[in-house]
Amino acid sequence: MKTKDALYNYCLRLADSNMIHGQRLAEWCSRGPFLEEDIALSNMSLDMIGQAEMLYEYASTQSEAEHSADDLAFRRSEREYFNCLLVEQENGDFAQTMMKVFLYSAFAKQLYESLLNSNNETLSGFAAKAIKEVKYHLRHSSEWLIRFGNGTDESKRRVQQAVTNLWRFTQDMFEMNDADAALVDNGISFTTEALSAKWQLNVNEIFTAANINIPETNNTITGGYNGIHTEHLGVMLCEMQYLQRAYPDAKW
Amino acid sequence: MSSVKNTESSKSTESLIWALLHTVPDPDIPVISIVDLGIVRNVEWKNEIAIITITPSYSGCPAMSVFVDDIRQVLNGAGFQSEIKTVLSPAWTTEWISQSGLDKMKAHGIAPPEDESGMDSIFAMQKPVTCPRCNSKQTKMLNRFGSTPCKALWYCNECSQPFEYFKCH
Repeated sequence: MKTKDALYNYCLRLADSNMIHGQRLAEWCSRGPFLEEDIALSNMSLDMIGQAEMLYEYASTQSEAEHSADDLAFRRSEREYFNCLLVEQENGDFAQTMMKVFLYSAFAKQLYESLLNSNNETLSGFAAKAIKEVKYHLRHSSEWLIRFGNGTDESKRRVQQAVTNLWRFTQDMFEMNDADAALVDNGISFTTEALSAKWQLNVNEIFTAANINIPETNNTITGGYNGIHTEHLGVMLCEMQYLQRAYPDAKW
Repeated sequence: MSSVKNTESSKSTESLIWALLHTVPDPDIPVISIVDLGIVRNVEWKNEIAIITITPSYSGCPAMSVFVDDIRQVLNGAGFQSEIKTVLSPAWTTEWISQSGLDKMKAHGIAPPEDESGMDSIFAMQKPVTCPRCNSKQTKMLNRFGSTPCKALWYCNECSQPFEYFKCH
């Protein structure tokens, strides 16, 4: 794969994961368990959509075809989306959403820390900016997991159920494809082995404090970075893209 | 000689442009300007075009697109053609807010950023920030997330008023 194509693909992957994660969190707006948490969920959503927008803007400069950032977000179908599978999963209850935020922001923190060393200035600049926000999300979700795991029988049951539902999608975040191969060779991105080990340490630390058990399963589902998704993505894109599909080029 | 002259005139044009940018308010906290906020990183007057370099405060801050429109409008109004560039690196930090920006923020009822070192740790408690109204330290945090990405919600036990705190970033 040519470096430029690989970079385009890689930026879309990062942007799509953030966009889909942000869109899912936005589904909580006005439905949060209480006002402060409703605001927290919307704030995190806004951070993720903002991070996606920066990456879509950059991706649009790497494409031969003329795509605006909005085209990239609202005019691609599910097989053209390269987000990780974890973030497209349904919100479920509040425990499942916080588990998803935790597993993803722990990953994003490690990823961005590695991208600080990228020789691509846009990606390293993006990482320096985004890491500050992701640390906030990581701390917020970690605290909730610890509260749930040390709370009532019901909260313990729910947080354990959350990890049972989501664990099989975690390996997918660390998958690599042809795009990675081209970028790793050029010092633009890095292999995910070290990331995965650091992520696992972070997960172990919080799960120990929260008395959460990692599910014993060999069931691993991957494919997000190659555009192969679970059934949930198409449904959410229908809603997310409705306006631009029905009224192309509609503006505020 | 003429090149020295040009340099001098572009310097004075640049200070004029800075002065104009000082009149562009932050849409969320209109008492401070975008220059006070520290998001204007560079101003260059080149080939009769004002080149303004800005950096986002928070990634998802909706005020950013408002900044860009407002800058363009103010400069156009003064007869300047402008080009606005956005850079991500180095990342914006609250340390770039000017002293006059911090003072105006406080006078407006928003507590300016205070030391938050160690706040990445789980369950770390932030030291009480000073109430912008009565200067009491008898305050408590209600929510680390607030009405905009840059603010948290606090409460003063002394004057019994909620207030916003501009987070250290």
